Amino acid sequence: MQLKIHYYALMREQAGRSEETLETSAGTPSALYGELVDRYGFTLLRDQLKVAVNAEFSDWGRALEPGDAVVFIPPVAGG
Amino acid sequence: MRFRFTDSPIDTAQARRELLDLGAGGYVSFEGWVRDHNEGQEVTRLEYEAFQELAVKEGERIIAEALRRFPVKHALCIHRIGALDLADMAVWVGVSSAHRGEAFDACRVIIDEVKHRVPIWKKEHYRSGDSGWVNCERCAAAPNHIHEHA
Repeated sequence: MQLKIHYYALMREQAGRSEETLETSAGTPSALYGELVDRYGFTLLRDQLKVAVNAEFSDWGRALEPGDAVVFIPPVAGG
Repeated sequence: MRFRFTDSPIDTAQARRELLDLGAGGYVSFEGWVRDHNEGQEVTRLEYEAFQELAVKEGERIIAEALRRFPVKHALCIHRIGALDLADMAVWVGVSSAHRGEAFDACRVIIDEVKHRVPIWKKEHYRSGDSGWVNCERCAAAPNHIHEHA
C-alpha cells in the first residue's frame, strides 16, 4: 500500500527530504519505522519517538490503511 | 485560536488585548527568550520547526485543560517558528484571571506542557560552528549502542 510520510527536524535532515509517498508492506507504524531505519539510517531509537497518523497521536501497533499520513515525532523542544 | 504560530516577532501588546476581560483583576505572562548558552555550548542563533497541524491541536488541548483546571478568564500561547537571533522572543503565554494565584499557576502549567507535548523542534547553532537539534542529538544512538542519559 501507499503511505504518505512527512519528516521533521533531525529526521528530515537524515532522510534528506521533508516528505514522500512510499509503497510499503509495513502494516503498523512500528514496522514502518524499522523499514525506514534500514533505508535512511535514522539514529533515534523508536522508544525516543512518538508517532502520528493523519495528524493525531497514534499507537505504534495501529493497523495502517492505504493513504494514511504518518509522521514520526522526535523528542520535542518547544519554548 | 488560543494556540498559534507566527513567523514574525510576537506582538505582545496585541496578544495582551485578547485577554482583556472586565471580570479579570490582572494577567500573568511568560516570555521565553533565545539564550546565548545551552549545556556548556555558546549559542549564536536558533531555528524552530513544527508539525503545525498536530501542534496547534495539542496546544489548544493544553489551553483547554488549563481553563478547565484553573478558574481563569482567558489564556493564549503564541510560538515563533523559523530563524531567531539571541534575545528574540520564542514563545509568549498570557493568562487573565479574577485573582492572581490561579493566573500564575495556569501560566506555569501551560508553558511546561507546551515544552513537553507540542511537536516543535529547536536547532541550535553554536559559536564552534556545530549545530544540533535539542534533545535529539545527545541521546541519539545506533541500535544496540549502549548509551547513558544525562
